[in-house]
Amino acid sequence: MSFATSFMSGALTIAFVIAALGQIMCMIRLVIGPSTGDRILALDTMVVNAIGLIVLLGIAQGTTIYFEVSMMIAMLGFVSTVAYARFVLRGDIIE
Amino acid sequence: MTEILEIAAAICLVIGSIFTLVGAIGLLKFNDSMTRMHAPTKVGTVGVGMFLLASIFYSFTYSEGSLHQVLIMAFLFVTAPISANFLAKVNIHKRSCDTPPTPPRDDTWSTLNVPVADRDIEPPKSP
Repeated sequence: MSFATSFMSGALTIAFVIAALGQIMCMIRLVIGPSTGDRILALDTMVVNAIGLIVLLGIAQGTTIYFEVSMMIAMLGFVSTVAYARFVLRGDIIE
Repeated sequence: MTEILEIAAAICLVIGSIFTLVGAIGLLKFNDSMTRMHAPTKVGTVGVGMFLLASIFYSFTYSEGSLHQVLIMAFLFVTAPISANFLAKVNIHKRSCDTPPTPPRDDTWSTLNVPVADRDIEPPKSP
């Protein structure tokens, strides 16, 4: 195993651990968040971290079949964040 | 050439994981709603952007390569400021932060300019 390969596998392991840790921290903020804005922000960050985890899974398995999955999660995450924020702001999503 | 690309991918992974960790710690430890918004927006741009860049580099090392990930990167970079703007408006609207100073030409901020009957929040407590 060359230096580059071992460096890559170590960095991949670190990135997996840190993304999972960040997901857990966002979940704590989602539970304890004092205001509604904090909870929406925690959910938005959890979606972004989930995209990161799926991209890392694609690197680890060496395939590109997870591209569509992360694209769909990115779109749904954006739409759901905007819908939540709009519901708080206006009391209605589609007026 | 393959080794250089692989090392570049690993460095991108390390930078992305540093930003992800810092953003998560900031989301957990900061003590004000508007301050808390500052850290996780870096996760959405630099953190995941670096992961996607690492994915591009790594796809060029072992196969013919793919640039699909640029699409996700572009989408995230376009939508992250929009959702951050919406969250800031939510914070101002719910008054979970210090209300910004009065704008120079209008009388109030547009997100606070709602009829009294539609207001389900308490008026601001004067300190």
